[in-house]
Amino acid sequence: MESHVVSNIVVAALLAGMAWAAWLARRSDLWRDAARGLRRRRPVALLVVGIYVVVGLADAVSWVGGFGESLGADIVARHKPRSLIDRLFPVDFRERSYSAPLADVEFYGEAPLQHPGAHLLGTDILGRDILHLVLKGARIALLIGGLTSLIVIPLALLFGISAGYFGGRIDDVVFFVMSTLASIPGLLLLIALVMVMGRGPVQVCVAMGVTSWVGFCRVVRGETFKLRELDYVQAARALGTSELRIILRHILPNLMHLVIITFVLLFSGLVLSEAILAWLGIGIDGSWGQMIDQARDELARDPIIWWNLSAASAALFGLILAVNLVGDAVRDVLDPRTLRERP
Amino acid sequence: MSDPVLRVRDLVTSFPLPGGPAAVVDGVSLEIAEGEVLALVGESGCGKSMTAFSIMRLVPKPGRVTGGTVELCGRDVLSLSVNEMRSVRGSDAAMIFQEPMTSLNPVQTVGAQLVETIRLHESISTDGARRRTVELFEQVGIPDPDERVDAYPHQLSGGLKQRVMIAMALSLRPRLLIADEPTTALDVTIQAQILELMRELQRQLGTAILLITHDLGVVNELSDRIAVMYAGQIAEEGTRRDVLGAARHPYTQGLLRSIPSLARHGEPLAEIAGVVPSAGEWPAGCRFQARCARAAPVCRLEPAPATRLGEAHRAYCHAVAEEEAG
Repeated sequence: MESHVVSNIVVAALLAGMAWAAWLARRSDLWRDAARGLRRRRPVALLVVGIYVVVGLADAVSWVGGFGESLGADIVARHKPRSLIDRLFPVDFRERSYSAPLADVEFYGEAPLQHPGAHLLGTDILGRDILHLVLKGARIALLIGGLTSLIVIPLALLFGISAGYFGGRIDDVVFFVMSTLASIPGLLLLIALVMVMGRGPVQVCVAMGVTSWVGFCRVVRGETFKLRELDYVQAARALGTSELRIILRHILPNLMHLVIITFVLLFSGLVLSEAILAWLGIGIDGSWGQMIDQARDELARDPIIWWNLSAASAALFGLILAVNLVGDAVRDVLDPRTLRERP
Repeated sequence: MSDPVLRVRDLVTSFPLPGGPAAVVDGVSLEIAEGEVLALVGESGCGKSMTAFSIMRLVPKPGRVTGGTVELCGRDVLSLSVNEMRSVRGSDAAMIFQEPMTSLNPVQTVGAQLVETIRLHESISTDGARRRTVELFEQVGIPDPDERVDAYPHQLSGGLKQRVMIAMALSLRPRLLIADEPTTALDVTIQAQILELMRELQRQLGTAILLITHDLGVVNELSDRIAVMYAGQIAEEGTRRDVLGAARHPYTQGLLRSIPSLARHGEPLAEIAGVVPSAGEWPAGCRFQARCARAAPVCRLEPAPATRLGEAHRAYCHAVAEEEAG
């Protein structure tokens, strides 16, 4: 199947999943209260995160055609799938090289532009519109944060719960694996994994996932140790509940607040570490990190070319800040220790 | 007489310590007949709860039952497989715990927890189990059972939670209910209500109860027979009248003397000097000798013999044995 079709299906599944989660959450007092508290504490940050998500999802929905005769006889252009974000801009929205924001002429040489005054954030060395690139970067950032968390969290839950719940030999093995991973410098392992698996977006996410689950696994293991000894787990056991059912019904639901807090905090950390990877030359194509990396040389030019670097940094900064603010609020509304202080 | 619901013989449960295994339950024998309430009484750390956990095979690791037999409804519990044991728990014997506050899962409604427990042991539809839950809630005296089914544990008071626990334990109509200090965490007025409820249910359903407590008031309310435990062993056992009215073992007498009484208002409260020695440090001979006012040289040398004092009344004490002999 073509990749843009897969991407559309994934977006549809994500939207359906979000709707389902929202429906489930509405039925439970705990989650409804948490959502209300979140909206009250951080309305702006939530809105900003929401905008990033909408842009990212919009860039993941794409299809072929729809521009009629304007594409002319160019076969490649005719069969190229274009996303909702791509369709906000004209098809030939590019120049030959740099142009400053809202300029009418090229930055070097003063030749007239094809689209004078239309590039809100200017263009890069290849003449691509910066605003367009920044918007497309949102999808990559969400992919890095989301897919990697999707690898980290199940991995950490699986190992953490089995180590914490069954203890003994299983705990020894899991702890050995964790200690081994933790003793290898993370960045080197990451680079090695990317070298082995390749530089595609999924490969990079897998590499980052494999190197960053240990911390959360420790937390899960400790929390499971605690939950295992609680009276209601003992009571369930005294009433003949099987181990698997105890884990699914009593342990896992009581770890959910940790999962959500970790997801939010992990997310911003991962997007940032991708920027570091991009700086080392093994980032994902089209990410803000890569834009920042490419803009390194532009700072040395005279007159300085500042719009490329600032746009990518501002987009990255905005997402990380908003996600961190939301993350703090999530911890406030879900952490049982702060919950208890409320009436 | 029919077979007892529970027959425990010479139960030994021990924990491995660096200096060798320490038996926290050391040769306990108990019997509970159908519909009977046996109270197991003793200070903290004397092995009451461990006896209960051993019967349910829930001894926390690394502890282990190392000797004796436990027969529940005629089946040898200690030789059952893990799966067979799972079906015994809940349907033959159920257990309620000390802390109603933490005995319910905070993220599930209490109804869902009962429904799950019922469906674990019986093939019954969710709706059927839910109807049964509402009935049970009514039976244990929870007001507005229809609404309370959908409440989360934090929305219920301690007394209501303990009622939910009792409903859960009784949902499968077990032949034996083990109640581990069921009223310790509740305030006094609620305690009385819960005890009343347990007595009523016990009469209605004919469930045998093993009541574990250190509260002699609770014992007096509820029990038919009493076994007093000290340092992993039975010190004295008999009917309620035998033990509360005509206690012979110095330890039981000490316990009874240390109940606050309005008649002795203004006098200092009697106490038993010292503390229970911890497991692994138990002295040779009679284990109570260090704290006993009537200790004689023989108490240091030989374990206390059983002395039969009545049809069901026994005390394990050298002094009592001597009195009876001569």
